[in-house]
Amino acid sequence: MPERGATVEFRDVTKRYADQIAVDRLSFTVPAGKICILVGPSGSGKTTSLKMVNRLIEPSAGAILIDGHDVTKEEPTQLRRRIGYVIQQVGLFPHQTIAENVATVPVLLGWTKQRIAARVVELLALVGLDPARYAPRYPAQLSGGERQRAGVARALAAEPPVMLMDEPFGAVDPIVRERLQSELLRIQRELGTTVLFVTHDIDEAIRLGDRVAMMRGGKLVQYAPPGELLAHPADDFVAQFVGSDRGLKRLALLTVGGAEIDATVGRSSVDPKAPVLAPSTTLRDALVRMLASESQIGVVLDGERYVGVLTLVKIGKMIRSDA
Amino acid sequence: MTEGEPLIRWDWIAGHLDEIGQRLVEHVELTVIAVGVGLAIAFGLALLIVRRPRLEGPVTSVTGTLYTIPSLALFVLLIPYTGLSVLTAEIGLVSYTLLILIRNIVSGIRGVPADAREAAIGMGYTPRQRLWRVEVPLATAAIIAGVRIATISTIGLVTVTALIGQGGFGYFILIGIQRAFSTELLVGAVCSVMLAILADGLLVLLQRRLTPWTMLG
Repeated sequence: MPERGATVEFRDVTKRYADQIAVDRLSFTVPAGKICILVGPSGSGKTTSLKMVNRLIEPSAGAILIDGHDVTKEEPTQLRRRIGYVIQQVGLFPHQTIAENVATVPVLLGWTKQRIAARVVELLALVGLDPARYAPRYPAQLSGGERQRAGVARALAAEPPVMLMDEPFGAVDPIVRERLQSELLRIQRELGTTVLFVTHDIDEAIRLGDRVAMMRGGKLVQYAPPGELLAHPADDFVAQFVGSDRGLKRLALLTVGGAEIDATVGRSSVDPKAPVLAPSTTLRDALVRMLASESQIGVVLDGERYVGVLTLVKIGKMIRSDA
Repeated sequence: MTEGEPLIRWDWIAGHLDEIGQRLVEHVELTVIAVGVGLAIAFGLALLIVRRPRLEGPVTSVTGTLYTIPSLALFVLLIPYTGLSVLTAEIGLVSYTLLILIRNIVSGIRGVPADAREAAIGMGYTPRQRLWRVEVPLATAAIIAGVRIATISTIGLVTVTALIGQGGFGYFILIGIQRAFSTELLVGAVCSVMLAILADGLLVLLQRRLTPWTMLG
């Protein structure tokens, strides 16, 4: 059954400690079914903000609403059972098998044995762990990447409308991280769960986020889709954080199909050494291939159909454009 | 020892199997009650310490002081109040288990990985569920390690309670010394040692059975 995400709204949320303000009047809304990445340097308040959603930390002022309901009005343990939670160290219970770990919240909710068993098999398959092989194992018998998959399966067990992820892929190597990121996107699109995801890695934020919340010193500096963040950083801090290569990063989000293609050039007059590009190719890949070829233009083919040519000038225009 | 008497008279042993069995039951009973009651008290106190670390100092100094009282002296001090009874023996035996059991339970619970604890809270365990489903299971290996030491030392101390009319195998040792009869003395001593080794072995098996995940990789 398809699960549906919930809207998460921060409304003037502040967290004060004795000697400092960790989160300062934070306000933003994550639409249902979207991935929102909280990104910023350490001490920016992103993890504190995340933990206020499931009340591991209580806000000093303001409100967090899930589908319009104030989380502080709910009993914390009941609330947490409806919110998936994934942490960097995974936190699988070492004394339980993977099946038992994944079944944690369904057991707390009192599901029947048959329903739990079926759900565990379904979830392990969803996160790419063969149920027959992995269900009876203990966490110590899994690799880091496999453990994080099991952690995601456990967080999704009771079909939560919201999932919180605190640097979940921070401790795995880059190759495994990239695979886990792709699978998270696939799973999230499949289930429609609303995801709040904390990272300090801007590339991860741009790759995964529907929206990126850039934080600094407890304040929200910018809240925008990744493309807009790259095209129009709100200030020097954001510009510096996204990196001087933000133009290139932005090209990775754009495709040939979205660029201006010159259809006036006939197919026959195009340099035969020009690389062939599909509309779904990212502009970053297109740029690399065009620069590497001698002709410095690209031939755009939609399947077999000739569309036109893409030039370096047009790619430069995309970097500057507001699109 | 009487002249010409062999070190061990096997015929005496053969003729006293019933009594040896009866002393075995007594020895085991005294030990199980002491460790069982000790574990219950220690568990309660350990949970208090985990919740309120300020209590650790006072509890440790009281149980530590109890532990330093020589066993015979403690039994003698109790006789005016509780007489030559099982109760006198158990008060002493239980007292001696507390220090080691509390220390092991506390360190076992404190040793639960922080990430497992955070995950348990984040997924909606109540504090009680977290204690019984996560913390105590993960502390089991440390707790049983404490129970092993407490059991072995209690089996040794039970022999001393022969002096206040209890004693299990200690009875044979006491009478053996009084009568200068080496066979009875040795039966008491060897049986106590074997019981301690056996009990320790059984507890090791129990620990493996209860904590299968500790034997991986």
